[in-house]
Amino acid sequence: MTAKPKFAMYWAASCGGCEIAVLNIHEKILDVDANFDVVFWPVAMDAKYKDVEAMEDGSILLTLFNGGIRNDENEHIAKLLRKKSKILVAFGSCANEGCIPGLANLSDSREIVHTAFNTISTDNPNQIYPRTAFDVPEGEIHIPNILPVLKTLDQVVDVDYYMPGCPPESHQIAAVIDLVVQVLQGKAELPPKGTVIGAGNSTVCDECKRTRNVKVIKSFERIYNMQIDPALCLLEQGIPCNGPATRSGCNARCPAAGAQCIGCYGPAEGVLDYGARLISAFASVLDAKEPEEIDHILDGLVDPTGQFYRFNLAGSLLKAGVPAWKAESTHEKEKV
Amino acid sequence: MTENFEPTIIGFTCNWCSYRAADLAGTARMKYAPNVRLIRLMCSGRLDPTFVLRALSSGADGVMITGCHPGECHYIEQNYKALRRYLLLKRVLKGLGIEPERVKLIWASAAEGAKFASETTAFVEEIRKLGPLNWGKARDQLPVISEPIQREEVAA
Ligand code: SF4
Ligand code: SF4
Ligand code: FES
Repeated sequence: MTAKPKFAMYWAASCGGCEIAVLNIHEKILDVDANFDVVFWPVAMDAKYKDVEAMEDGSILLTLFNGGIRNDENEHIAKLLRKKSKILVAFGSCANEGCIPGLANLSDSREIVHTAFNTISTDNPNQIYPRTAFDVPEGEIHIPNILPVLKTLDQVVDVDYYMPGCPPESHQIAAVIDLVVQVLQGKAELPPKGTVIGAGNSTVCDECKRTRNVKVIKSFERIYNMQIDPALCLLEQGIPCNGPATRSGCNARCPAAGAQCIGCYGPAEGVLDYGARLISAFASVLDAKEPEEIDHILDGLVDPTGQFYRFNLAGSLLKAGVPAWKAESTHEKEKV
Repeated sequence: MTENFEPTIIGFTCNWCSYRAADLAGTARMKYAPNVRLIRLMCSGRLDPTFVLRALSSGADGVMITGCHPGECHYIEQNYKALRRYLLLKRVLKGLGIEPERVKLIWASAAEGAKFASETTAFVEEIRKLGPLNWGKARDQLPVISEPIQREEVAA
């Protein structure tokens, strides 16, 4: 055993991009190794849940948790790591607000399983579906139960810090690691609990270099359909850019590259509901007063729910769509 | 079930017109459905869609927004902004599987107490037909699905 503080990283319902982003900090990763004893990190090393269970409560100094809570295994590990960690960070959009996996909250989770095992590209002639418990000669084996809705980490356990982004930008991760190392050396203090770290306090628009005039638009455009002015605000050109509601921290990467912000850094400081903020922002720029004309312009916004909640559905005020909420009450539960 | 269902409705009313219309309806002792809890805003343009989502997620079955007639807003054009937000919000609600009719925008001037009363009653009846939304309750009662899908049920 070394005397170095312990570090853990875990992935629940996520794509793995957050893990890549951590490795993408290049030689800074050596600081992690120099300053921490990595005790649990499934993507990088072999460790078993029972090893974590055997650890003393609060013995891991820092845990970066990425991924949403999609099944009861995710939930169990979230609770376990909460107990074992001093500092638990919701790392990346999935853990913070559900992200793309959270879009499943628009559907009945049984439909999701059904689709996965029944699409045209699935070879499943005997209609075999996974069962969560199964008897084999050696005993009963289990796979995790899917939950009716995907939850964010702080809907399941107490979270100390939030680090947004899909994935968090490498320079932001490096800065956070620097800070933690400085704290360990007694040269800096931890921010107050609940702070959003590794991001800015304003909006993507604030960091965006594009010129802004008065925004008034007569139609929504799609980026592949038009010649984009390289210097002018995208929203002013009718491109549905989510910059006005999105937290800064990425240096407005997407608008800089000519694409609209889709909101991966989540709600800006003080925004209670990301979608609601964008409804306000978009409605403000439309140049129309008659209901028919307004509706005609809005027809150009192909999927408003997806546009406004692509990353934030599980973390929004409503958290899920009706099919997900109603799943349990409208389906008769039968045993196989 | 819907027969003895009393909808809970939150109404966001503009100080200069419909809030006074509601007052007028009250002082004139007009009868209208008691289901609406009014919240006064200075103008319908103050209506942040967050308020509506907050109301629905905390147990309201419907939300009513009222403002001055087009062209009569005391802050010039803010009621048009409210109209645009409302029309966009309805589309988002539809995408979430919520009946867009659960949110309604009504124009009523300070003199239109009778209109305010009748529109309110009509809206309450519409929501009564739609039934309870039960958002908050649905959330508290979420259990774990232990058998995601039934093999036989699907094969049949
Ligand atoms: S709306 Fe988009 S393009 Fe316009 S300033 Fe904001 S981030 Fe930049
Ligand atoms: S511009 Fe928007 S979508 Fe692009 S990286 Fe930044 S926050 Fe994410
Ligand atoms: S003042 Fe009544 S809607 Fe603006």
